[in-house]
Formats: sequence, C-alpha cells, structure tokens
Amino acid sequence: MATLVIAEHEHGSLKGATRNTVTAALRCGGDVHVLIAGHNATDAAKHAAQLQGVAKVLLADAPQLAEQLAENVAAQVLAIASTYSHILFPATAHGKNVAPRVAAKLDVAQISDITKVDAPDTFERPIYAGNAIALVQSSDKVKVITVRPTAFDVAGEGGNAPIENISAVADSGKSGFVSRETTKSDRPELAGAKVIVSGGRALGSSEKFNELLVPLADKLGAAIGASRAAVDAGYAPNDWQIGQTGKIVAPQLYIAVGISGAIQHLAGMKDSKVIVAINKDPEAPIFQVADYGLEADLFAVVPELVAAL
Amino acid sequence: MKILVAVKRVVAFNVKVRVKSDGNGVDIANVKMSMNPFDEIAVEEAVRLKEKGVASEIVAVSCGVTQCQETLRTAMAIGADRAILVETTEELQPLAVAKLLKALVDKEQPQLVILGKQAIDDDCNQTGQMLAAVLDWGQATFASKVEAQGGTVTVTREVDGGLETVKLPLPAVVTTDLRLNEPRYVTLPNIMKAKKKPLEIVTPAALGVDVTPRMKMLKVSEPPKRSAGVKVPDVATLVAKLKNEAKVI
Repeated sequence: MATLVIAEHEHGSLKGATRNTVTAALRCGGDVHVLIAGHNATDAAKHAAQLQGVAKVLLADAPQLAEQLAENVAAQVLAIASTYSHILFPATAHGKNVAPRVAAKLDVAQISDITKVDAPDTFERPIYAGNAIALVQSSDKVKVITVRPTAFDVAGEGGNAPIENISAVADSGKSGFVSRETTKSDRPELAGAKVIVSGGRALGSSEKFNELLVPLADKLGAAIGASRAAVDAGYAPNDWQIGQTGKIVAPQLYIAVGISGAIQHLAGMKDSKVIVAINKDPEAPIFQVADYGLEADLFAVVPELVAAL
Repeated sequence: MKILVAVKRVVAFNVKVRVKSDGNGVDIANVKMSMNPFDEIAVEEAVRLKEKGVASEIVAVSCGVTQCQETLRTAMAIGADRAILVETTEELQPLAVAKLLKALVDKEQPQLVILGKQAIDDDCNQTGQMLAAVLDWGQATFASKVEAQGGTVTVTREVDGGLETVKLPLPAVVTTDLRLNEPRYVTLPNIMKAKKKPLEIVTPAALGVDVTPRMKMLKVSEPPKRSAGVKVPDVATLVAKLKNEAKVI
C-alpha cells in the first residue's frame, strides 16, 4: 500500500511544509504519492515531482479547487483514498482544516501533529502544549495524519516523478469563498525561517513593536513573530502568533523580545536551536529555556543590538 | 434559530501537568479543571447571536464524566438555555465525540453548531471538522468573525498568511479561534440562575453510538528537557556568543 501526501501550494508554488510532510511519509513505508488539488497548479505539481522519494504526483486541476475549500479538497482526497494505507497532511491551518473531515468520512481516527514515526501504525505526538509526549498506536485500516513540519527534515530535490492528471470532484455547494486578506511581507515565512525575532506585550504598542523589531529582523534576514499577548493587544497580526494554538516554529535562532514565556508560547518555539531572551524581569520563565538571557530594558538594548550586528 | 454548542472539561490552561512516573498518562488528580478556553469563546459567540436576536435557543452539550455537569453549568451561566450531558467514564476520542454530537444534532435539529477549534489537553483540533463530515454539512473553522443572517453564515477565518472569509448555507459547523470574542465574566446571579436551568443526562448507548477508542495510548513521556543557558551582561557579549559559540549569525 502507498502513502498519500496532500500538498499545500499557492500561486503555482509548493509550500515548504509539504516537503517536511513528504519526509514523514517516507518513514511510513510504501510508495509516496503527492496530491495537488487546485487550479492552475501545474507548476506546483512539477515542483512536487522533483522531490526526492516521490513516486507519483496526482494533479486535480479545476476552478472549484482554486480556493482550497475544505469540503471540496476533502472530497477530492476521498475520491482516491481507497488505495492508500496512510494519508498525510502538513499540520498547517489548511491541513488541520481538511484532514479531520477526510478521517471522519473514512470512519477512522486522525492522528494530529505527529513529531515522529515509530512504526507504520505508531506515532509520537505532543499533548498538553508539549508538556507531555504521547506514543499512540492506531488500529484503523487507514491512518489519517497531520505532520508537524518542524519535526521532520525537508525532502531533497532531484526526483523526477510522473505527473498524472486525475478528474476533479464537483463543487460541494456547502461553502463558498468570499475573500482573502493576506499579510504582505517580503520577509521569510515564519514556518521555514532560519531566524525569528519575536515580540511580546512589553513592547507596549504597535508602533514600538515595529520600530524596534523591524530593524532587527532586517539585519538578521529574520521573520517576525509575536506572543499571544502581543497579538491580542493588536501589536501584530494574528498569523504571527507563535504558540500552542498558533504557529509552531523551530528556527536556528529565536530572539524573544519582551516575552515572559507562558507555557503556551514555549510550546510553539522551544525546539528552536538557539534561544535568546531579552527581558527586564529576572523571573520571566522564558529565561528557563533560553540559551542566552539578557536581563535588560528592551527599549535600550534592541537598538544597541541592531547597531552591533 | 437554534444553536448547539459543545464544551469540554479540561485541565485549566495555567496548570503545568506532570507525566506519571509509570508512563501511563498525565497526573490530573486534584488539578484545577475548567471549560476549554476555545469552547468558552464558542458559548460566548452563541450568546451574542442570541442577544442580537439571530438565535432563539442555545443548547450546551458536553461528553464525559459526571463532573462535566459543572462545565455545563458554567455554559448556562454565560447564557446557554439548557444543557445535555452525554455521560460516560470511557475515554472519548474526537471521532466518538463527533458521532455523539451528530446523534444529538439529529434529535435537536440546530441550524448552527459552534465548537472550540481545539481542546488544550489533547491538542487534537478535529471534533468540529469531524462533526461537519458525519453530518455532511459545511464547515468554517478557526473563526475570528461570525455573521449569521438569512439562512447563511459568513465567517472570517484565521489562516496561515492572514484572514479568509467564507459564506456557508445553514446548517453549518463553526469552530472558534482566539480572537472571535472575549468571553464575559460569569456573575453570581447568573451562576444561581444557571443552577435552575434544565440539564438532561443521556448515555452513548442510548444514542446508539459506539465510542470504542481507535487509538491506543502506549506511553506518555516527558519531552526532552531544555535547560537554561547563561545570562549575558551586555549586548556585546551576546553578539560575541552568537557568533563564536552558537555560530548562528
């Protein structure tokens, strides 16, 4: 039996998390196929075909798949699901939206946010905001899984898999796309960034958030993240939130500025390679996970840091 | 329009759970329990829709042990009109909960079901989507804005990269994200009132639902510990360490 990876893509290019998901799929055993469900997505399919270890790319291309509505994408997956032992999605907003719908329609459990494949039916996944790791075994005939991208390496390039066009399912009529507001940015995406500069409530305002963090991020070529407190206070857009229920990141370098380090925030970033914390509160829990702690007034030291880099 | 809201009793968000030494699970004896924060947002949203005159009745549902009655009383103190507990001591996984909720939806015929996007204990993020699937309804997950009128619901969703708005014909399932609303504080008079609201108890068997878990928890372990590093006295030392020791810049 083969494993199916549901690709995430946009404007003809494959999103990074798909590549980590392919790596997880290769650990499940069997051939790995990638499904591209979308519209005008030939380029994304070509990219997927180049991923190492991919045996076949299936392309369902139709206008009703353009907006990636959960009902239509799930139906597309179900149309081809019967030949697969494993169906993997990246644990992104899109993957989390569609995967449970597929699982329930197949009457199987879904295994969320796996961080390790122990055996084809046994997986590790964090629970309680990463404060415990559960080893779970599925007894279902098909394993529907979402994969935490930061826990798996990206699949390499250099493959040359065939692309097969498959017929697209009809529009479900159960939901319709209205609009999308995308935060425009030239910065790297949080999910795949090598360096992340992240701000908390201590920054005090949206103006200060940008005034201090943008120059630092520019210097380091970093993505910008935020704590929930900073997002709730309106200093940063919602999709910058890092934590248990926001984005999970694991960059080479994570610089937490004015973030106290609630367990929910730590859940989203504690797998970073090197963590730097800048906070004036010596008791801030962020210092307990930081490799380098700088106990100081951020308004003084962040500009100093920018100048020193 | 009738709204059904699902609520889960979980370990409170500010409790740091401990893994049991036998690897059999986490120790939740004597820890503070509360309503899952996302579900509180779901109840609040339903109550606001009722206050706007869009909803006529709100039914809160919980699945689990006897003590879930407390969670349901909280939901009624926020403003739900009545409650149903599907009582069982069995471990309930999301697919089983979705099926239990479907059985209640078939009975109650709500036009809208609102759930939290994720429970903060098992972090699954599945039940709402699974319920939509077994009902064959549309779904709008991770909502940060909900507007219901004239047989449709328009939902703004928090997605990677920004916001997305979708419009669904009713009936539909909506799951809540953090910024949909800020739940009100429950007041003492409302807590007293909630005690008098009807709370019905049913069993999975009576609803004809098989809740047998599909996944077996083999072991629960501590995550790898990350130990605190060093405090640096100034920016110059920090930069030097990042360059020479950590080699990340």
